Amino acid sequence: MKKFWAWGALAFGLLYFVLPLIGMTNFSLKMRRGEYSFDAYAKVLGDPQFQQTFTYSVTMALVTILFGVILVVPTAYWVRLRLPGLRPYIEFVTLLPLVIPAIVIVFGYIRLYNTSSWLPLTGSLMGTNLLLMFGYATLSLPYMYRAVDTGLSSIDVRTLTEAAQSLGAGWTRILFRIILPNVLIAVLSGAFLTFAIVIGEFTMAALLNRPAFGPYMQLLGANRAYEPAALAVIAFGITWGCLGLIQLVSRFQKTTQRPA
Amino acid sequence: MASDSTAASQTTRPTRRLPLQWVGIAPFAAFALLFLILPTMKIVIGAFQTPDGSFTLENIQGLFTPSILAAYWISIKISLSSALLGCLIGFGMATAVVLGGLPPWIRGPLLTFSGVASNFAGVPLAFAFLATLGPMGLVTVFLRTQIGIDLRSLGFNLLSFWGLTLTYLFFQIPLMVLIITPAIDGLKREWKEAASILGATNLQYWRMVAFPILLPSILGTLALLFANAFGAVATAIALTGSSLNIVPILLFAQSRGDVLGNPHLGYALAFGMIVVTGVANAIYIWLRARSERWLK
Repeated sequence: MKKFWAWGALAFGLLYFVLPLIGMTNFSLKMRRGEYSFDAYAKVLGDPQFQQTFTYSVTMALVTILFGVILVVPTAYWVRLRLPGLRPYIEFVTLLPLVIPAIVIVFGYIRLYNTSSWLPLTGSLMGTNLLLMFGYATLSLPYMYRAVDTGLSSIDVRTLTEAAQSLGAGWTRILFRIILPNVLIAVLSGAFLTFAIVIGEFTMAALLNRPAFGPYMQLLGANRAYEPAALAVIAFGITWGCLGLIQLVSRFQKTTQRPA
Repeated sequence: MASDSTAASQTTRPTRRLPLQWVGIAPFAAFALLFLILPTMKIVIGAFQTPDGSFTLENIQGLFTPSILAAYWISIKISLSSALLGCLIGFGMATAVVLGGLPPWIRGPLLTFSGVASNFAGVPLAFAFLATLGPMGLVTVFLRTQIGIDLRSLGFNLLSFWGLTLTYLFFQIPLMVLIITPAIDGLKREWKEAASILGATNLQYWRMVAFPILLPSILGTLALLFANAFGAVATAIALTGSSLNIVPILLFAQSRGDVLGNPHLGYALAFGMIVVTGVANAIYIWLRARSERWLK
C-alpha cells in the first residue's frame, strides 16, 4: 500500500516534468507541415544573430567564471586562514543575491552607474559589458562561494600554507600552485553552474541593452512559432550538460580521494 | 632605553598587522560594496527622496494606488500558490523516494534531475510550457482532438494566474525536493521505533513526531520558494509579454522607460520588492536555525 502511494507520487511528478520536455521537443520538430524535421534547428543555428548572441554569452560566461574564481578563491581561503570570525558575515553577504531579485539589483546599477554619475559605466560599450559581467558575478556568487568554501573545508588549509611558507613560497605561489589545484574540483562545479546561469540570463542583459542570448531568445519567442521550441531544447541541453559535468567531476573527486 | 624600544615595537606591531589581515578581503569587500550593497542602498534611499534630493514619503504613498497594489497582490498570490503547491508536491515526491520503499537507484537520478530542473527557469521554460499547454501545445491539442476536452472553453489560459503558477512549479518542486530530502533523511529510525513501541500508529507518528520536527524546514523552504517566485521576471515576460500586471514586469517596464511617469516611484517599487523578499528570507533563516537543532 505504501509502495503504491510512493510510486503514484513519483509517477505524477514525472508526468508533470516530462510532458513539457516532450511538448517542446515535439513542437520543435514540427516546422515542416505533416512530418518531423530538424528545420527549426537548422533555421536557428543558421541565424547570424543566434551565432552572435550565443558567442557573446559564452564569452561573458567565461570572463565571469575567470573573475569569479580570482575573486572568490583568495577571499574564501583568506577568511578560513586568518579571519574565521568573519565567516558568517561573508557568507551572509554571498547569499544576498538570492534575497535581492536580479531585477532589483540591475535597477540599482542603472541608477548608480548612469552617464551622469561618479562612475559612468553605462556611458561606454566596454563599461556596460564590464557592468554586466559584475552583475553576472553577483548572481553566481552564492553558488561559487559555497562550492569553493566546501572544497576548502575538505583540505587542511593551515598546514598546507605553513608547509608552503616554510619552503619559501610567496602568497601568489601558495594560492595558485597549492590551494587552487586542491580545490579545483569544487571550483569547476561552481564554474559550470555559473555557465548555466549566465547563458540563459535575461533580465540583466535586457535592461543593460547588451546583445546576449537570453534577450535574443525572448525576442524570437515574441515573433516566431517553432524556433523558440528548438531554442528551449538547446537551452535545456546546455543546462543538463553543465549539471551533468558537475556530477561527473564530483564523482571523479570521490574516486581520486578514496585511496589517499 | 632598550626595553623602551621593544615595548614600543610591541605596541606598534599589532596595529601594523591588523590592516594586513584585512587587505586580504579588500577586493571582495570592494566588489560586494560596489555591486551589491551600494546599488541596494541607492534604491532604499531613493525610495525616500524627491528628485531634488530631499526626504519624502510620497514615493511610498505612491505605491498605494490601485494599479500598483493590484500588481503586488497578484505577485504575492502567484508566489504563494506556487510556493505552497511546490512544497506539497515536492514533499510528497521526496518522502516517496526516501521513505516509500522505492528502489534506491531512483534517488540519484531524481536529485540530479531536480538540480537541472530547478535551474531550468527563465525564457526557455516559458517556451516549453507554451509548446505544451499553449493554444497549439501538445497537451492542449491532444485533449481537444483525442478526448474532446477543450481547455480554452473550460476557462484555462496559460497566460493567466494559474498558467503562471503551473509554469513556476517546474522550478519550485525540484527546489523543494533538493532542500527537503536531507531533512527527511535526518528523521532517525529510532524515533519511529520508539513511537511504535509506545503504541503509536503510523498516522500518530507522523502527526506527533515526524511532522513537528520537519515543520520548520518545510515552512522555511516555503519562504524561500516564495521569494524565488516573487523575483522571477524572465519566465513571466517570455510567457505573457507584458499582459499580466505583476510587480517584476512593472519594474522591468519602469527601468526600460519610465512608464509610471515618476522615476522615484520606480525606487519605491524596487524597495517594496526588497521588503517582501527580505521578510520571506528572514523567516527562512529563523526557521532553519530552529530546524537544525533536531537534524544535527
